[in-house]
Amino acid sequence: MNTSTTDAQQAVCEPMMTGSQALLESFLIEGVDTLFGYPGGAIIPVYDALYDYRDRLRHILVRHEQGAVHAAQGYARVSGRVGVCMVTSGPGATNTVTGLADALMDSTPLVLITGQVGSELLGTDAFQETNFVGITQAVTKWNCQVKRTEDIPAAIAKAFYVARSGRPGPVVVDITKDAQCGVAPFRYEKIVSIRSYVPVPQPDPKSIEEAVRLIDEAQRPLVMVGQGVILGNAEAELKSFLEKSGMPVASTLLGLSAVPTDSPQYVGMLGMHGNYGPNIKNRECDLLIAVGMRFDDRVTGNPAHFGENAKVIHLEIDPAEIGKIIPADVPVAGDVRETLPLLTQRIRSREHRAWTAEFRDCDRIERERVFRPALHPAGGRIHMGEAVDAVARAYGNDAVVVTDVGQQQMFAARYFGFRRTRSLVTSGGLGTMGFGLPAAIGAKLGAPDREVVLFVGDGGLQMTIQELGTIYQSQVPVKIVLLNNSFLGMVRQWQELFYDSRYSFTELVNPDFGLIARANGIGYRRIEAREELAAAVAEMKAAKGAYLLEVCAESQENVFPMVPAGAPVAEIRLE
Amino acid sequence: MDMEQEYIITVFSENKVGLLSQITTVFTCRNVNIESLTTSESALKGIHKFTIVVRTSPETVEKVVRQVEKKIDVLKTFVYRPDEVVQQEIALYKVTRSSSVEQLVRKHNVRILEIDTDYIVVEKTGHKSETQELFRLLQPYGVQQFVRSGTVAVIKSRRELLNEYLEELEKMRQNQEQTLQAI
Repeated sequence: MNTSTTDAQQAVCEPMMTGSQALLESFLIEGVDTLFGYPGGAIIPVYDALYDYRDRLRHILVRHEQGAVHAAQGYARVSGRVGVCMVTSGPGATNTVTGLADALMDSTPLVLITGQVGSELLGTDAFQETNFVGITQAVTKWNCQVKRTEDIPAAIAKAFYVARSGRPGPVVVDITKDAQCGVAPFRYEKIVSIRSYVPVPQPDPKSIEEAVRLIDEAQRPLVMVGQGVILGNAEAELKSFLEKSGMPVASTLLGLSAVPTDSPQYVGMLGMHGNYGPNIKNRECDLLIAVGMRFDDRVTGNPAHFGENAKVIHLEIDPAEIGKIIPADVPVAGDVRETLPLLTQRIRSREHRAWTAEFRDCDRIERERVFRPALHPAGGRIHMGEAVDAVARAYGNDAVVVTDVGQQQMFAARYFGFRRTRSLVTSGGLGTMGFGLPAAIGAKLGAPDREVVLFVGDGGLQMTIQELGTIYQSQVPVKIVLLNNSFLGMVRQWQELFYDSRYSFTELVNPDFGLIARANGIGYRRIEAREELAAAVAEMKAAKGAYLLEVCAESQENVFPMVPAGAPVAEIRLE
Repeated sequence: MDMEQEYIITVFSENKVGLLSQITTVFTCRNVNIESLTTSESALKGIHKFTIVVRTSPETVEKVVRQVEKKIDVLKTFVYRPDEVVQQEIALYKVTRSSSVEQLVRKHNVRILEIDTDYIVVEKTGHKSETQELFRLLQPYGVQQFVRSGTVAVIKSRRELLNEYLEELEKMRQNQEQTLQAI
């Protein structure tokens, strides 16, 4: 009798279910509401189970597995939640590798479930078998293979914990088909710690004191903000620190929108195509405070000369980033949301008016020599900067801006202007062309109350153009601004500047994008004249559904300012 | 550029499939050649220990070790200079049998593992230079096979660093749980 009671109790607490059901139940416990995926042989059992979960889990059927991962990235970046995708084994799995690499570089929390051949077939070169755990070792924060049904809940719990904790990143769970089909009692325990993993290191109290001393003594400091502020939801903590320290603040590409562009202390974007001030004055700084950023080479130029007269305080959650590129005089390990207030409490209240005014002088130079020709060209075709500016005005600088990679990315980052955090979704570290369109789909689904505008070039759009089909099927109202210059513009720019204008295979003879848009049920307009720009943007904005605005852009335009690759950032060129 | 030096890196990890290649990849990414590598279960049940010998600059070893520690299943990594550890390697030699080789072998403080009619197998434990030296001396007599293990090492310091680290982790976890409960 006793035994049967216990069994009955266990049946209530731990219902028997298939591995596929267990996977979906685990998703629900982790708060998942949206999946991006593509079915195939080795993941059919999960899709079969999903049929009964359609009311609780929204599945977006993409057109290519790379699109699933980029869409999940867009979703994660705007919402701060873990993006989830699901694909089959073999080619389905390998198609996701670019997205995983992108998510690892840009610290995006993702969980990717891949189907795998049955465990009895592993290692036999079975149909659609690849060693996906081996393949993705270098492009995931963590990965594992599950071969037993009863191990699925624990693997999923660990996957979500690893993906979202500490410095976020992509995680792959590869599940064999027999594990999906088997039946086992379901018990789910959320993971709160792993013995071998310290997600958030603690700062050394001495380094806090030392940082405070340097901050209080600094005469020409610059705060440099990275995506760590956004990932750590530390925008308010950063604001308090900036208000009390009075320091000018610049941003990396991925840090953009953490500080509003019109904030009085904001002096612009760092890096190769960043603003003039934060680059040209790099040599003059006596203190650099890096907040949640990793000194990418596109930010530092020649690292030997970066901040060569400055002390460096590095606030960073990932100990491996501290001192990796730029030696930190004062390392402050930890979550910036926790470490920034430790500094704010202790520093003197200061103003750096004269020093900040020097950046404003740089702004004036940049406005005159770069903004004016970019935004108000003398004539000719529409320039990309003008188009970005027109969209920014129409939206009052308040939209989620998604970009592809290349010139349009840099123009969007430079000229849109941001009011709220999490307003830019772009592929920074990996520089993945084709990222934009699927990421915009995910961004719209992750932030349904916000307007989502994609800036994309004719090259990048065609890399993942099949996702227009996803937009059509799932009715995702993203607004696409195609800046079509019939060139791979950024490569063309380098060929012009550094390869003697030998335009080797960068000119594109493009299809009729209007026919493609219409074929996918998407609103469309093509403009050539700048007089049409404002009206066309208004029409796009007013459209209820998805819309593709094709802007025929000047093909010989370059993005400036520019720090030549490998040069010190203070050698930034205005033209 | 700093001079390359020898480092003995010990890595303690969970026993996870594929971790060996994850760890070695960190070294190959940074173009650091692994001189030797041994791995087995440590004194603590369930925790594996890798002993990796590399020659590289102090900056590089520091960066590589941080990247290794970043692996989710790696518990802790320690770096030592050769003078901080007692290290040994084991070498086996299969040599054509002759009276002169037997004399030589006796002089070099080796263990004889097997004597057959036409060969003997001997074992020498020591530093690489010592096992290499014996190999050189034996070569004229005909070394049919020669194999050497990677380095194993124990630290000279009295402190048992891994145990201290695990205790520290346990304290952190308790603090964390208390904080969570407080919330």
